Amino acid sequence: MEELVTLPASVDAVTELLAAYNYVCERQLATALFLSLKLQRPLFLEGAPGVGKTELAKTLAQALNTQLLRVQCYEGLDVAQTAYEWNVARQMIEIRLAEAAHAVGREQLVRDLYSRQMLIERPLLQALTQTRSPVLLIDELDRADEPFDAFLLEVLAENQLTIPEYGTVVATAPPITLITSNRTREIHDALRRRCLYHWVGYPSAELELDIVRLKAPGAPERLYRQVVAFVQRMRTLDLYKAPGVAETIDWTRALLALNSQQLDPAGVQDTLGVLLKHQDDIAKMQAGGTLQLLDALRAEASS
Amino acid sequence: MIAQSIVHFARLLRSAGMAIGPDRVLVALAAVEQVGVLRRDDVRAALCAAMLERHEQQSLFDEAFDAFWGDPQQLAQSLSPLARPCVGKARRPAYGQRLAEALRAAGKAPVDDGAVAGRPLDGRFTASEAERLRRADFESMSTTEYEWAKTLAEQVPLPIAPVRRRRHQIAIQGRQGGRIDLRATLMRMARQPHTLQPVFSRPREEPPSLVVLLDISASMERYSRLMLHYVHGLMRRALKVHTLTFGTRLTNITRCLRERDPDVALRLADAQVPDWNGGTRIASALHAFNRLWAPRLLGGNAAVLLITDGLDRDPNGDLPAEAARLRRFAHQLVWLNPLLRFDGFEARASGVRALLPHVDRFLPVHNLDSLADLGTALRKPLRSPRSYLN
Repeated sequence: MEELVTLPASVDAVTELLAAYNYVCERQLATALFLSLKLQRPLFLEGAPGVGKTELAKTLAQALNTQLLRVQCYEGLDVAQTAYEWNVARQMIEIRLAEAAHAVGREQLVRDLYSRQMLIERPLLQALTQTRSPVLLIDELDRADEPFDAFLLEVLAENQLTIPEYGTVVATAPPITLITSNRTREIHDALRRRCLYHWVGYPSAELELDIVRLKAPGAPERLYRQVVAFVQRMRTLDLYKAPGVAETIDWTRALLALNSQQLDPAGVQDTLGVLLKHQDDIAKMQAGGTLQLLDALRAEASS
Repeated sequence: MIAQSIVHFARLLRSAGMAIGPDRVLVALAAVEQVGVLRRDDVRAALCAAMLERHEQQSLFDEAFDAFWGDPQQLAQSLSPLARPCVGKARRPAYGQRLAEALRAAGKAPVDDGAVAGRPLDGRFTASEAERLRRADFESMSTTEYEWAKTLAEQVPLPIAPVRRRRHQIAIQGRQGGRIDLRATLMRMARQPHTLQPVFSRPREEPPSLVVLLDISASMERYSRLMLHYVHGLMRRALKVHTLTFGTRLTNITRCLRERDPDVALRLADAQVPDWNGGTRIASALHAFNRLWAPRLLGGNAAVLLITDGLDRDPNGDLPAEAARLRRFAHQLVWLNPLLRFDGFEARASGVRALLPHVDRFLPVHNLDSLADLGTALRKPLRSPRSYLN
């Protein structure tokens, strides 16, 4: 029987629920998530890497106390790896057994060969056959190629999957679907219009401060403030890849591990690799960018 | 009524160029019903989630939202049955060109989506003294040209090499190697019992998606129309093509060229690009491309087709570094150079010498006067790009 997942009743309830599991987010994201749960529509999250898109799905599964089914996308991903696969080895054995027994008619044999027991379930099919609504995370969809988008349409819109040899599998408990993309490719409009859309941007300074405090506990308050102010300023620079929230958290942890009490030029230079992942960006910061930023922060703090 | 206001709002967005179908309006209605109308930011967030399709639409949406629903205090009022949406009354000149037009047109019949979508998203650019912003004036295609463009697009070999995909296709009898496709083999066995004939599959090879960077500066004046026709032809060839033009600034004209009719497509592109026949800043253009577009367009082994004469007049750009960077982003970098009047081409210009070491293929096109010439040039065998440097 279908077990119901208790869904939060309002936007505030969503915010509280996520916060209870150490995920703080802007109200707009909470609203989009709330609607996706209420209207039973997939939520399409786009944004730069490291802003907490995948983390949201993980936290949601935890908070709703349900299973997380994850499809990590890459080029050439096909039905056999994401939805279902026929257990061909077993089918071969069935054929041999039927031949040996001489008893089963051909029609019956074909029916047996393509029965439910012969199907190996992969995440998409699993998501439709659970008794309790799972969280289905389709991660980094932009990394898959376009034929895969088209394949997802049926699952996303109808919560069902058609297997040519078998028939249509309709979801017993509709999954809560989240799709993430880093926008390395434009996802087709047909897929977008079946989803609710939300762009996950970099958080405001206050929000980022809350996140860092939660995720990297144990540092002095002054360090948190300096780190967040530094990163926020860094995002305004002309960099190939601005640091995301994940980098801010990593950096704070790195500084903690080095026993830093506050930001100093040498400490920042040594740990730049945690924040920036492009050599050009690091070179730019080392060639004076760091000092300028720190000076600006100091001036701001003293004023 | 809330419902009526939302429908009006959707119509406003639609006439501003966003593709919002009735299905989205229905979702928006359901969304607002769920979050309630007590908080303005919730209503905005709900409409965003339901109506937006991509991040670029956000600014247009925000302006439209503020214009349509007026002040925060007026929200409750405008949602009440008595109030009418305040279309057209607000501070019109401050909005984007398209939105202003949409507001003006509100109440009239909805504008044709296709034509509107082609207009620039950011209609407000300011002309600076350093740039010469001009419009090109394309004459429409003659019948012969049209025929040639078709041939060019359908028959002439592509300037890019195919890439091997991870996806498999059926191979003929394992002759081309590959692996056994068990599922297909079993299906065949079910159809023909007592036989076991393995079905093989092998990786599919196909042309990669293509990003065209087209130089439209003054020195390329003779060729820009021709090249646009060529690119438009490529787009009709079931190829995934993104097109950006650059002179003094970088403009994405992919959506304009999606129009099937070449003349209409070129007219749309003409309206979108502000810097026809001006100066060239190749280094800055490549820098902007590397920063803004490369991460989005060059996934999945995409190839870059750079169409330029390599005559750079960029005082403060670092062309070798930007070209090297582009080479690292792209799976292959092909340079099509139309400014080669004579067969004995020598790489003298500094821009040409900076670009050549970083391209995988170099396609010099001599005496390019028509699409037919381009076809001939593309059929010729290739010389290594580096051989031109000696």
